[in-house]
Amino acid sequence: MEGDIVQMGAYIGAGLACMGMGGSAIGVGNVAGNFLAGALRNPSAAADQTATLFIGIAFAEALGIFSFLVALLLMFAV
Amino acid sequence: MATESSEGGLVFHPMDQFIVSPLFGDGAVSWYTPTNVTLWLALTVAVIALLLVRSTAEARIVPDKSQSIAELAYGFIYKMVVDVTGKEGVKYFPYIMTLFMFIVVANFIGLLPMAFTTTSHIAVTAVLAMAVFLTVTILGFVLHGVSFLKLFWVSSAPLALRPVLALIELISYFVRPVSHSIRLAGNMMAGHAVIKVFAGFAAIAAISPLSIVAITAMYGLEVLVCFIQAYVFTILTCVYLRDALHPHH
Repeated sequence: MEGDIVQMGAYIGAGLACMGMGGSAIGVGNVAGNFLAGALRNPSAAADQTATLFIGIAFAEALGIFSFLVALLLMFAV
Repeated sequence: MATESSEGGLVFHPMDQFIVSPLFGDGAVSWYTPTNVTLWLALTVAVIALLLVRSTAEARIVPDKSQSIAELAYGFIYKMVVDVTGKEGVKYFPYIMTLFMFIVVANFIGLLPMAFTTTSHIAVTAVLAMAVFLTVTILGFVLHGVSFLKLFWVSSAPLALRPVLALIELISYFVRPVSHSIRLAGNMMAGHAVIKVFAGFAAIAAISPLSIVAITAMYGLEVLVCFIQAYVFTILTCVYLRDALHPHH
């Protein structure tokens, strides 16, 4: 019984951790959208900034991956 | 983890593909046991050697397919290193090229059916990320001595703010290897797990056409992700290297 409640808590926690992915989705969308908005205003400067775009996306995405990791830890390690 | 219930559960568990098992027999895994990870790591190295060494051994003026791929990869990474770290970074180009080729080939051959994705394991990516972290830190101290610590002292900020910023910079510096390794491993693991989840749905007759379409779409996305994650890992290495070469803000 006690183990069941612990497991239930772990599953609920894993589900809650997935909300973090939504946050990172908003972040990645913001980065890409703002890049596109800037790139369409000044297309000649866009090519030099694609590296910055990917770095920005990577940083925003890392936090979503962290929440995925927390979910995985709750499911398989705890 | 709860045991899968026999009725209504998936036919196989989506995380089963990441289990490390010995190649011969099924004993315990020691450090010297040849496992599926060793096999696919060896295959990765073999593919890179075949691609880069054999295709450029007899370099032609009009390149054939494999020589084009090798030259394209070389030019791509060389441009990235020069763009991000500047001319001083070219000295470290071989290391970055090695990292990129290893990660991109490991990601791509992990996409083959029945393959084992070595980069989906934190044990593999953590070694790569710690190597980058140690290299960059040691390089910074060797090149600049104690003044490498100015990296944490943001001289463009107001004086009152600098201790706070120094603390934040210090923390973010030590989180680098963690996020660097987990980003790659997490992306690869997540993508492969999603494909396997859809593959599990294919056993249910009513939705199997839908799930096969979904697998195809996810696979296309994964091909893209495999390349982008290798690119991101490499470009972050370049960014960290730039910090070590020019620690002054």
